[in-house]
Amino acid sequence: MSVLIIDYGMGNLASVRRAFEEAGAHVFISNDPSDMADAERLVLPGVGAFHDAMEALREKGWDKAIKQAALKDGLPVLGICLGMQLLAEMGTEGGETQGLGLIPGRVIRLEPVHGKERIPHVGWNEVHFQGPHSLFDGIEKGTDFYFVHSYHFVPHDKENALAITPYCGSFVSVVGRGTVLGTQFHPEKSSKAGLRLLKNFLKIK
Amino acid sequence: MLKTRIIPTLLWKNIGLVKGIGFDSWRRVGTVLPAIKVYTMREVDELILLDITATDEMREPDYETIADWAQECFVPVTIGGGIRNLEQIRRLLRCGADKVSINSAAYEQPNLISEAAKRFGSQCVVVSIDARKTANGDYECYSHSGRLPTGKRPGEWARFCEGLGAGEILITSIELDGTMQGYDLKLIEEVTRQVSIPVIASGGAGSPQHMLEAIQHGANAVAAASIFHFTEQTPAQVRDFLFSQGIPVRRTVT
Repeated sequence: MSVLIIDYGMGNLASVRRAFEEAGAHVFISNDPSDMADAERLVLPGVGAFHDAMEALREKGWDKAIKQAALKDGLPVLGICLGMQLLAEMGTEGGETQGLGLIPGRVIRLEPVHGKERIPHVGWNEVHFQGPHSLFDGIEKGTDFYFVHSYHFVPHDKENALAITPYCGSFVSVVGRGTVLGTQFHPEKSSKAGLRLLKNFLKIK
Repeated sequence: MLKTRIIPTLLWKNIGLVKGIGFDSWRRVGTVLPAIKVYTMREVDELILLDITATDEMREPDYETIADWAQECFVPVTIGGGIRNLEQIRRLLRCGADKVSINSAAYEQPNLISEAAKRFGSQCVVVSIDARKTANGDYECYSHSGRLPTGKRPGEWARFCEGLGAGEILITSIELDGTMQGYDLKLIEEVTRQVSIPVIASGGAGSPQHMLEAIQHGANAVAAASIFHFTEQTPAQVRDFLFSQGIPVRRTVT
């Protein structure tokens, strides 16, 4: 299974690559959308701010290429952390910015509901699946995954919210629409459960 | 519920793993890579890796070595030591750092914090503050591995850095570091009260009880080195203890 990790200058590429290799994938990192022809899976990693990330994607033409691959060719896509947020229609970090629009929704800042909740949301927290999904095969409901973020994805349609996490009330920690998927947490840093999720992603049809 | 993190800190100097007392009398406690492998295998919550001589020696971070280490590290890792500009941060993130820790450079060029937060997101910018008690019982921040007084007070400095876009504060008591006598709880309170970003307590942990106290005084995560280098305690045992005391911690599948 060949996995293309999109390099737009701001991802934690090494960790994502290493984790996918561990999951059994053949990984290549690319900053050129024309390499996508060989890919069976697309991964959009992300560390950074929404606005700058979208600019970087547009500069190389990744925005159009990702949409084409996901919508027309049905290539499974996994967005991680900021990469998940970029799947939305609109981001608000660094000013309102149009996202990839692959999953209807907006990305807004987490707002604490009590004084003990600090932002960014950093650390291990539970992921509660909203229903069965092949991405979650073999992973127990409520397993802890590793988060580090200040913004969160608010999907427009409830059915695109695949999992939620209890913080700031609760927020959507996994989104999905067809084979376009995104996790707010970092599966590549979430030890065994994270590795299992990546393996599941490789199996998605 | 968000879990309280227990974070082993690995300090290194010329590739070797070291640990000192009061930021001095460093002794070698092994090599870095095997330690990373063990902690990864034990599924620790996070790791902090700090190059303690890079700033003083005006060195760049050693990207190649760090990339090798990060390759073996399947848990989240914060890397620090010698960071002075955005390009260095970009390269460290690329090497596999999940977060970077900035200390001395923050005092000299505070805009590094705001620019890093804007470019890479606040979530990966940890400001590390080393503080020492003053004669009148207050605290003062020190830069350059505890050598240079800055005239800043830790609580106010932490708040200022939060305003610039820091995503987390790592607060270390210089005097208590390595003593295993317990964290400086007053210092932890001073900082946690002033900011709304997560605070990692560091310096002085000698027992799980010390960690419990730090958490009860407001710390969102506890970092420690000596307790793991020099005692039989493992992060998993600390977790079990904290769990028994009602602190939310991560339960890993064994």
